[in-house]
Amino acid sequence: MRKFLFFIAFCFCLSTNIFSQEGATIRGNFQTTLQTYNKDTLIGADNAPEKLLLNSYANFLYNYKNINAGVRYEGYFNTLQGYDSKNDGFGFPYRFIQYNTDNFDITVGNFYEQFGNGIVFRSYEDKYIGYDNAIDGLRVKFNPISCLHFNAIIGRQRYAFSKNENGYSNVLNKGLIRGFDSEVSLNDLFKSFADSKTSILFGFSLVSKYQKEQAQYVTLNDTTYLLDIPENVSAFSGRFNIVRQPFAISAEYAYKINDPSAENGYIYKPGNATILNLTYSIKGFGMIVALKRTDNFGFRSDRTATLSDLNINYLPDITRNHIYAFPAFYPYATQNNGEVGVASEINFNIKKGSFIGGKYGTNLRLNYSRMHNIYKQQISSDISIGQKGTNGYISDVFKFNDDVFYQDISLEIDRKISKKFKFVVVYQNLIFDYAKLRGEPEMKTVYANIAIADFTYKISNKHSIRIELEGLFSEQDMGNWAMAACEYNVSPNWFFSLSDQYNYKNPRPEYETHYYNFAFGYKINSTRLQLSYGRQREGVVCIGGVCRSMPATNGFMFTLTSSF
Amino acid sequence: MRNLLLLSFVLIFSVSFGFSQNDTTKTYKKIPSVEIKDIEGNVFNTSQIINDGAPIIVDFWATWCKPCIKELMVLDENYIDWKEETGVRIFIVSVDDSRSTNNVAPFVNGKAWEFDVLLDANSDFKRAMGVVDVPHTFIIDGQGNIVHEHTAYAEGDEEKYYEILLELTENK
Repeated sequence: MRKFLFFIAFCFCLSTNIFSQEGATIRGNFQTTLQTYNKDTLIGADNAPEKLLLNSYANFLYNYKNINAGVRYEGYFNTLQGYDSKNDGFGFPYRFIQYNTDNFDITVGNFYEQFGNGIVFRSYEDKYIGYDNAIDGLRVKFNPISCLHFNAIIGRQRYAFSKNENGYSNVLNKGLIRGFDSEVSLNDLFKSFADSKTSILFGFSLVSKYQKEQAQYVTLNDTTYLLDIPENVSAFSGRFNIVRQPFAISAEYAYKINDPSAENGYIYKPGNATILNLTYSIKGFGMIVALKRTDNFGFRSDRTATLSDLNINYLPDITRNHIYAFPAFYPYATQNNGEVGVASEINFNIKKGSFIGGKYGTNLRLNYSRMHNIYKQQISSDISIGQKGTNGYISDVFKFNDDVFYQDISLEIDRKISKKFKFVVVYQNLIFDYAKLRGEPEMKTVYANIAIADFTYKISNKHSIRIELEGLFSEQDMGNWAMAACEYNVSPNWFFSLSDQYNYKNPRPEYETHYYNFAFGYKINSTRLQLSYGRQREGVVCIGGVCRSMPATNGFMFTLTSSF
Repeated sequence: MRNLLLLSFVLIFSVSFGFSQNDTTKTYKKIPSVEIKDIEGNVFNTSQIINDGAPIIVDFWATWCKPCIKELMVLDENYIDWKEETGVRIFIVSVDDSRSTNNVAPFVNGKAWEFDVLLDANSDFKRAMGVVDVPHTFIIDGQGNIVHEHTAYAEGDEEKYYEILLELTENK
């Protein structure tokens, strides 16, 4: 901790001395969320012994010519419900110094980085889901020529906060990560390609983790065996991106050697993952088809880690990220141990002035996605699928399991009627395998239809009102839902909103109730504050393969964010 | 505890010293140099966000962000007029991660938007600009100075952008 403080003091003294020089800047941001908790047995909300909880972050970034330095303060007093309580504490878990020139970039300290699509390595932060796996170490980027990019990293991952003998500090995890990435643009590399209408990029990544062996035993036929756990585990991937307007195709394939872990049940099967994207787009029309297959591809710096802890890689979820309240009730989450699926989307603009397009044009967004479990077959009749200490199972790439994890068909129409009035309507049909995706075997698969209408009316240049109506219809889980929300905006500073979600036809009628919420906020330039009061339904927020369970809450919430 | 006090003192002193310098010399922040990607996936350095001495709008957004899309629809409606009157060039920086990065080009084309589109899949540029949430909009003058920033979007916020763009054009 002392070292941290001296480091920070040094950075800021440096900035004080040279800030007056032209070109030096400090920028950053501040965000805090405070919540009070009332007990509300009907919705399952618990109170907090502390009465109120608070998460806060402040970033300071300094830049002078080729030098960047930064530090982030984080304080959890104590951690908001629904976020990992391992974060309870405060300190400076993020600090770095970076030097960069046109073809050379070196960073010491903490950094975030992604190779390709992130399927072998991604270090990132998302405060909304409480995720941060920053690397503490060294990164060197080198571009010998403009079309050739090399990137090498080494370090350990951040793992929340914990107490040690010196007070609070961010704990660096046991595993060491080493990685290398390269990317080349053929168009810039070969003169004959320079004027080609086809743009071609290739990339290659290699990532390796080291973690000391921990004893793991398995009992077979009354004999106990000690498993031989690999201390070094490597994963590599190759990718390409070819664009020839209006078409584009990109793909990445990754392979990982045997990596027995708590997540895969200590099986020795090597893992692999494939992502393929095809797009076609011209002005007014865009289409994407994405295919993805994951087979035993969880990759963590600690082999005992589960949930969203210590991921080295990021397996992007290809299903649509819904933002309206009800379509986001049942979000899909990447299944690291195995999934195969397709997602496609069409965006279409019906021209303004046409009969269907109307005076201002109309936008359509049509989406289809479906995810299945992968096909798994027993290695032999005496070894069950996924048996600890074995190769687990055999999987055929061209077959898939009949289990549908998730299916989403949705259509969104966005139309402006006049200078003052516009609307969005959405229809969604959803299949959600609750038991497998949330790990609750007693739950039935949810089949739901969802309809949404969102109207905005501009009363004057500065005043506008928005009305949102939503309905979710299902015979499973909690039954039907209806929602009405009204938001009044006074540009550019004020907003007020009132909303109510009502649960009805619940198979357990005693839980039918209203989830009301009131909020108002003030914003000026890049500062925004908001106060709300109400009930929040229990749910799950997922971003990619990382999810956060949000507990039901009843209380006040205050948020403040500011950038400077 | 002593260390913490020392740190607080240094922080306050250095920041206030920095700001007091700002008050007298009126220095503006500029766009930092960060490597992100262009719409075709090629490496793009943000120092290339330029517009021959005319103003620039840089708008951070995502395909999953409702208010962002509302704002961009409005900017798109006004873009032709604003460009004619002020010469403005609009760069929209998508913070979609690899879940939806590949969908940005078809999405933008589907909406028939005319903006310059950049991809910031791991939020490196977003972090370097101090952005917390999207949408977050920056207005930059012809000398590359960030003269205004705005977070969130409500109907009518674009009027403020237009006023600033006109001021920048008149003061040129």
